Formats: sequence, C-alpha cells, structure tokens
Amino acid sequence: MNTAVIEAQGISKRYERGARSSSGLLRDTLARKLRSPWTVFQRQKPDTFWALNDVSLQVREGEVMGLIGRNGSGKTTLLKILSRITRPTSGRAEIHGRVGSLLEVGTGFHPELTGRENAYLSGAILGMSKQEITRKFDEIVAFAELDKFIDTPVKHYSSGMFVRLAFAVAAHLEPEILLVDEVLAVGDIKFQRKCLGKMGDVARAGRTIILVSHQLNQIRRLCQRVVWLEGGTVRDTGPTAEVVSAYETAMTSPERGPASPRAEAKAEFLSWRILEPSGSSPHRLESVGPVTLAFRLKVNSPIRHGHQGIALFDAERRLMWACANDDLTFEPGLHELIYKFPFLPLCPKPYNWQLSLWAEKEEVDLWEAIPELQVTSPNYQHALDEWNGYLNLPSEFRIFTEKG
Amino acid sequence: MASVTSNPSETRPLATRPPGSLTLRIEPPSTWFELRLQELWKYRELLFFLVWRDVQVRYKQTAIGVAWVIVQPLLTMLVATLFFGRLAKLPSQGLPYSVFCFAALVPWTYFSAALVAATNVVVENQRVITKVYFPRLILPVSAALSGLVDFSIGFVVLLIFTFAHGIHPTWTLALLPLFLLLAVFTVLGVGLWLSALNALYRDVKYLTPFLVQFWTLASPVYYSSSMVPERYRWLYGLNPMAGVIDGFRWALTGTGQAPTATLLASTLIVCCVLFGGLIFFNYMEGSIADRV
Repeated sequence: MNTAVIEAQGISKRYERGARSSSGLLRDTLARKLRSPWTVFQRQKPDTFWALNDVSLQVREGEVMGLIGRNGSGKTTLLKILSRITRPTSGRAEIHGRVGSLLEVGTGFHPELTGRENAYLSGAILGMSKQEITRKFDEIVAFAELDKFIDTPVKHYSSGMFVRLAFAVAAHLEPEILLVDEVLAVGDIKFQRKCLGKMGDVARAGRTIILVSHQLNQIRRLCQRVVWLEGGTVRDTGPTAEVVSAYETAMTSPERGPASPRAEAKAEFLSWRILEPSGSSPHRLESVGPVTLAFRLKVNSPIRHGHQGIALFDAERRLMWACANDDLTFEPGLHELIYKFPFLPLCPKPYNWQLSLWAEKEEVDLWEAIPELQVTSPNYQHALDEWNGYLNLPSEFRIFTEKG
Repeated sequence: MASVTSNPSETRPLATRPPGSLTLRIEPPSTWFELRLQELWKYRELLFFLVWRDVQVRYKQTAIGVAWVIVQPLLTMLVATLFFGRLAKLPSQGLPYSVFCFAALVPWTYFSAALVAATNVVVENQRVITKVYFPRLILPVSAALSGLVDFSIGFVVLLIFTFAHGIHPTWTLALLPLFLLLAVFTVLGVGLWLSALNALYRDVKYLTPFLVQFWTLASPVYYSSSMVPERYRWLYGLNPMAGVIDGFRWALTGTGQAPTATLLASTLIVCCVLFGGLIFFNYMEGSIADRV
C-alpha cells in the first residue's frame, strides 16, 4: 500500500513561444537559410517559457491524488509528461505499473465508423487489447445506453450519444495507474451522475489515480492528497482538505493574480462575492432570502454584441439554473456584473457558479467561479435525506376547516 | 519517449514490487538515437487497428469504393497505351504496351498513394497524438501498410490482365514479394522524412503532389529503363522506384533480364533513406506532440 508507484524528480518543461508548428513554412525557412547560410550553425535564441519548473512528486500505490491550480499553472503539462505524450526538458520520473491516460473523451473516434468499430478503435488507442475490449464490450454498450445504435455510424449520433459511448469506453480502461484530466461528468445530467459514480468506484477499487480538475468538489470527494501547482511549480502539497481550502483562500484574495497567463484575453472574470445579504463570508449564504451577487470582469479590449451566460451547478454537477444576457457592450476597464434574485432556494451544501462571456461567436472567457458558493441556510425540507429535493423552500402550512 | 524495461530493480531496490511488473522511465529526449523496435512490437494491435480504420474509412467514404481502386490505374493505362504506345510508339521490351504499362502502374499507384498518406498521417492524427501516448512510428508504418490492401486488389486485376494477354508467369514470380517489400520500404523511408517535416512546416503537404509528379517522370512507368544509356544506369537506379518497377515487371512477365545493377543501387539508397528517416523521425518524435 505504501510503495511509491509514481516518483517524479525535478521535472521541468520549456516551451518555445509560437513554436506550434504549423506557423512555419518550409519555403520561408529555406529562403532564410539560403540568404544567410551561416545561420544554420548559429542557434537562435527563441522566446521560451517554463511551463513546469522543478516539480517533484510521489504517489503511493492505491492513492488518489488531485492536481489543482489555475489555468496555465502546468497541470496538464505535468499529466502529459507522466503519460509520455511529451517529454520533459529536464528531470526524470519513474512509474511502476501499467499506465492509462484519459485526457479527452472520444480520442480517436472516427465519424464514418460505427459505434462498435469506434469502441474497438478508441479502446486500442487508449491501450486496451482487442481481447480485453471484446470481454467488456457488452458492459460498455450497456453503460453507454445505446444497444440499438451500436452498429450505426457515429456521425449519425447525437452529441449526447457520442459522449456516452466515448466515456463508456474510457471508463472500462483498467490500468494499474490512471491519469485523468477533467473529462468527468459529460453528457446529460443523469449520465453525469453515472460517470461520477463510476469514477468513485474506480477510486475506491484501490487504483492509483492522478486527477486534474477545476471542480473542487470532485477533488474533495475523490482525492486523499492534493498537489497545488502555481506558475509551473508546486506551491503546496498535503491532505486534500488543507490544500484545497488554502487554494480557495488564495484564489479569493488578490483576484486572479498578476501572473495570469490569459493576459492576452479580451476579457476575464476575476472574482465574485455576495453583496447582499452580508454574512460571515462573501461566499456563504446563510439564509433563503433576497440575494445580490457581483461578478468582477476585467475587459482588456472593447467587446461588441457580447453574450454573457451564468449557470449554477451543484456538487454532482447537476445544473440548478442558468440564464444569459445578449447584445452587451463592454469598454475596457473593470466592470461588476450584478445579479439580483428575490430568493435562492438552495439546499445547505456547496455549489459552483459558472460564468461565460462571448463576443460575436467567439468565447472570451469561461470561468468556474472560485471559491464555490457555500450554502449554510437552514434546511426547510423533510427530515429524511431521501425526501430532500433540489429546492429548499420555506413553506407555510395551515389547516382550514369549513364550518358547517 | 520513456523507455520500457522489465527490470525495475536496476535503479533501486524495490523489494515489495511483484516480479515482472513494468517500470516506465521518463527522461528528457536523449541526443542519440533510440529505435525501440521492441516497443513497436508491443503496440502491434494498435498498428493493426489503425490500418483497419484507414481501409474501413476509405471504402465507406467513396461511393464506388473498391471499384475506384481498379478503375483508376485501368483508365491511366488505357490513356497511356493510346498516347505513349500507339502514337509515340515507345518501346515496351517486347511486351504489349498495355501490359508493360499496367504492370508498372499497379506498384506505382500504391507508391504514390501511400506516400501522400504517409506524409499527412502525423498531421491528420494530431488530436490523438496530443492526447495519448503510443510510439509515433506506428503512424507512418500504418500508412505504408494500409495502401497494400488497394494494391492487392489491383494486383489481382493485373494478374488476370496479364494472363488474358497470354503471358504466363515463370519462376520469377516468386521474387515479386521482394520488390514489393522494397516499395514498402521506399514509402516508409521517404514517408518518415515527409511526415515529420509536414508536422513542422505546413507547406510540405503542397509539395508532395509535385514531388510525386516529378517522380513519375523519373521512373520507368511509361517508358522502359533500357532507354537510359547503359553508363548512366546506376545513376538512374538511385531512384529506388526504378529498381522496384523494373523488378516488378520482370518478376511478373519473366521477360527481359534481371535488373541487377539498378536494383543494387536502389536497395542501397532505400537503406540510407530509411535509416536517415528513422533518425530524423526519432529526433522529431519527442517534440511532435508540442508541434502539431
């Protein structure tokens, strides 16, 4: 139980800015070399940055480890290095056991092929043997809930069906060590719960897992230990509860921070708070009554025909409520978006706000509001858990008896 | 990429580890060459699935499917017979010009299609490359192999066609797989270079059709390599497809003489290109996921 199965020492990764190939033309490069042939022997100094800098970590057998940090902190890069998709610039790691990685749902799917064919193909790409897929095939189809359509080309699938099949294949991958990047909870609400349940089963089955997620609730429920990455280095590591709450505190205070990698974005959400009612914390709701929320938005360049969406999810990623406003105009500067509710009938548990901003047809920012919303209002529902629903509504009860 | 060894105790005593478990070592790319054919073998099932996918998709997408594989070289042969055979009266080594030309078109069609496929294979699979690990070498290999399905269909037609012209294969037919192998290695060797370059420079894919066109003219598809003066024959053989096509035609019809000189030069050059391609591809492999 206590042997380290993943051991990474001093992992660093340097990227060249703008090295994403397709930027280059062979023609241009050749022309450049021909004009000044000596540059062939000179190493140009490219504009580089370190996505990861001296990261060390250890994961023990059977441990579920969470990897948190804001966008661009190096979580995905670290996962890609551990799953061998890319190599570190320096440092080394050792992994003992069969590794499977899940960075995306539906990797390798081809629209022209049928569901059955895709299940085999995607399974093989994820590292399953043909025999293994055949053995689990019925289970996969049952999980995806599409027995009737399994021999239909997936191009005729609805997006929900596609995602269900893709997740079902991935969920039946059974390596000793699993590396997962935020692919959980896909499809419709019912299927999302099923995915989370499956993930929980996998975690409890004693598999070693590294999980990257923005959903702090997921991290809390599934992980024993958490590593918090910031700017490519390990900022903190330890038991989940401690690190996650430290992370939340840090995320709330000085907004998103100056080191934000999204500096070039047209606009970004920075923070949120409850204006009214004022309670012990600007992120805690202690009563069911009128609520006013403020979301801070920093706009870097003018936005025309903006479309701003807001959604509220519960810990199981069930959508509670969503709304959107159209045709908005923002000038550069700091803005506060105010949402007023006559009341929010929420059960006492954590929730997440999700904010999005679109300009024309382009996504400007999609923000999982940090920290989460803690509802600690009294529960007005039935005393038995199984009779607790989505709405936490205070109600009045009277009996009228007609006289006569 | 990391190397896979089955001996975990090499670096550190791990008493609790069950024997035979895998240890993956992840390290920065080394400057020298690691071929890892063993790993390629480990991933043979994936290779099979990729080839199978290519074939499935190809026959599902085109409405006429299999027919296209036969029609394309047949039509080319008819046109070539009319213009080069009848009008230009090019010599055809004593064979009917149509047989002479068709015997070259079947391996040539394989070569040109597979080369284009191999060039694009890395870029086309960029989503998979950036999400899952597998030895990247599998991709160009799968492109070179999946073209063989089309080839087999074309080859059956070619056999019937040759028979119909009263030409019966001799013992030389047994050597035909060797020439086919040489063609596969040529595709692989050149494809390794082009696919890695294509991931780096987006104009490479526009260059490939030009390269193929150029290469057709430099190969004995429509004319006989006996038209090349004897003393330049070795130079001509530096085009590996010259050796492949001459050999293929000779093995199938049994006429003419074995193209030994050309073949020797061709084999030699293919080995060099393939070896260089492996080194180049390997060098690029570490950063391919960061580039595409």
